[in-house]
Order: sequence, then C-alpha cells, then structure tokens
Amino acid sequence: MELGFLTLLLVCQLAGEIIAVATGLPIPGPVIGMALLFCGLAFHGAVPDGLQATAGGLLKHLALLFVPAGVGIMAHITLLADEGWPILGALLGSTVIAIAVTAGLMQVLSRIFRRGSAE
Amino acid sequence: MTADIEEVWVYLAASPLTGLTLTLLAYQAGLWLYDKSNANALLNPVLIAIGMLAGFLYLTDTDYATYFEGAQFVHFLLGPATVALAVPLYRQFTLVRQSAPALVTALVVGSLTAAGSAVAIGWALGASERTLLSLAPKSATTPVAMGIAEKIGGIPSLTAVLVILTGIIGAVLGTGLLKLIRIHDHKATGFALGVASHGIATARALQVSEVAGAFSGLAMGLNALATALLVPLLHRIFF
Repeated sequence: MELGFLTLLLVCQLAGEIIAVATGLPIPGPVIGMALLFCGLAFHGAVPDGLQATAGGLLKHLALLFVPAGVGIMAHITLLADEGWPILGALLGSTVIAIAVTAGLMQVLSRIFRRGSAE
Repeated sequence: MTADIEEVWVYLAASPLTGLTLTLLAYQAGLWLYDKSNANALLNPVLIAIGMLAGFLYLTDTDYATYFEGAQFVHFLLGPATVALAVPLYRQFTLVRQSAPALVTALVVGSLTAAGSAVAIGWALGASERTLLSLAPKSATTPVAMGIAEKIGGIPSLTAVLVILTGIIGAVLGTGLLKLIRIHDHKATGFALGVASHGIATARALQVSEVAGAFSGLAMGLNALATALLVPLLHRIFF
C-alpha cells in the first residue's frame, strides 16, 4: 500500500463527489472517481506497479468493507415489518431472474457478435 | 470483582477500537469457516460476519451508532475501493471494448428485468404500493437507489435495507446459479452479478477472476446510471 497511490484514489473520489454535487448527475461520487481514474490510466497508457499493489490490496478485501452497512440492516430489519414475506420473495425471485437473464443474454450475444466480426 | 469487569466493559463498549476490532475478527472468522467448508457459497464470509456482529450487538444491548463509531473506518474504505475498480477495468479493457454491443443490450435488458421482476413478484405476493416503489431501484448501488426511491415515492431507508439484501442474495446464490444454467463465460458471470447485485456481488466476482471482477465493477457503475434513467421512466408509464 503506497501512500502516494492511496492519495491518488482519494483525490479521484473527491473530484468525483464534487462533480456529482455540481452537476446533479444520478451517479455516486466514487463511481465518477472510478471513471476519472480510468481516463487517467488510458492517458498514461499503463498501470503503475504501486497503484496495482494499492488497488489490489483494497479490492482483495472488498467484501469486508460491506460488513458495517450489512450490520446496519439488522438494526432496521423491523422496516420489513408485516410485508417481510412478499419483500423476501421479490428480492430472491428478481435477483435470481435478473442474474440468469443478464448472463444468458450476454453469453449468447458475445457469441453472435464474435461470429459476426469473424466473417 | 464483577464491578471491575463492568467498568472495563463500559470503557470498551464506548471505544471505537472495539467495533473496529470485532468487525475484522468476525470477517476473518467468516473467511475461516468459508475455507473450511471448501468454499461453499452459502457460507458467505460477509453473511457470517453480519450474523455474528448483529447477534453480539443484540446480546450485549449495544446500539448500532456505538458500533459504527469503530466500524466506520472500514466502511469509509468503500469509496477509494470503488475508485480502485478502474484498475481491473483498464487491464481488461480490450475485452470490454470487444463486447461493447453485447454489454449495452445486456445492461438495458438486465436493469429492466431486475426492477420489473421485483415489482411484479412483490405485487403478486400482495406488497403495498410504497413497498413496491421502494423495491424498484434495489439493484442499483445504495446512494443512487435511495435517491430514486425518494423521487418516485418509495421509502429511502427501506430501499437501503433492500439494496444490501439484494447484494447478499446475489453474492451467495449467483455463482452457483450461473454454474447450474451453464454460463462459463467470465465476462457474462461478472456483468450479471454487477447488474443484479452491485458492489457486494462485485466482491464475489473478483474472487472468481480478474475478468469477472472488471466486468462486474463496470456493470455496477453502468447500472447506477441505467436504473436512475429507466425506473423513473417506468414509474411514469405504469403508476
């Protein structure tokens, strides 16, 4: 984890937050920051080793970073109240359907487009 | 002696160090169990950690705000980690560019399917209108989903809960489901996880491969935009 590259990530996030607030775009600041860093990398033409190490270190434990927010839902679980079952059914059903449809379509389309470009 | 133990506990409960340390311990216990089970997706480390911590807070009668004083240091890193997703995306960009037409189609259809099927199933099971409107944006990442819920007349705090639950469901069931329906393409795996279940499933996709992680991070970002555009539009048409 290099301090300079950690700072770079934070600068991108801060710039992203400022753009999000200033433009009113419906995209979170960190996601705009991701786009900014991507443009920077495209301009630079390569991923510096130190950035690879810093980003890799953060992303290796990305799942851990969701734990505090996850504990928060337990504190608000009463919001589900007497509609708990319809909500759980909707979440389970729609997530399974959305994953299957998106992945299936993506796999089929990738094949079709690849065949198209090969001809 | 008991008075002393109580004093120690009062001190510890108020210190941010406790919440932070417990978060790391619970997550590592989750990782250990996950490894011991030969990577059984149902024993998702995030799910185990959340269960252990929620149980602990309940048993010790600690409120969430006290816990979060320590846990916020972990939570804060979500921002820079999201920015860091640009690195795998850049490294895999040749693949991304080649699949651009497939990506755009899968994004629009996937985003509509996620929102539409949630509302349809909720409606069929008898959920109220406010709950349906809170369900619609749940596949987008939290701040975007809450903003949309507010705009269309849902309950933003309920949406926040639904977003996290959607992420956990996708992370726990996603890879097993995709194996079952014979999806072997890591581009498709990652993209579907990111569209349906945002960052929590992106963390899962990164464990599958860098290709899956790159496509999942991209899908999460694009679906924030797609949901913000499509859900209010559908709301105007149907409600």
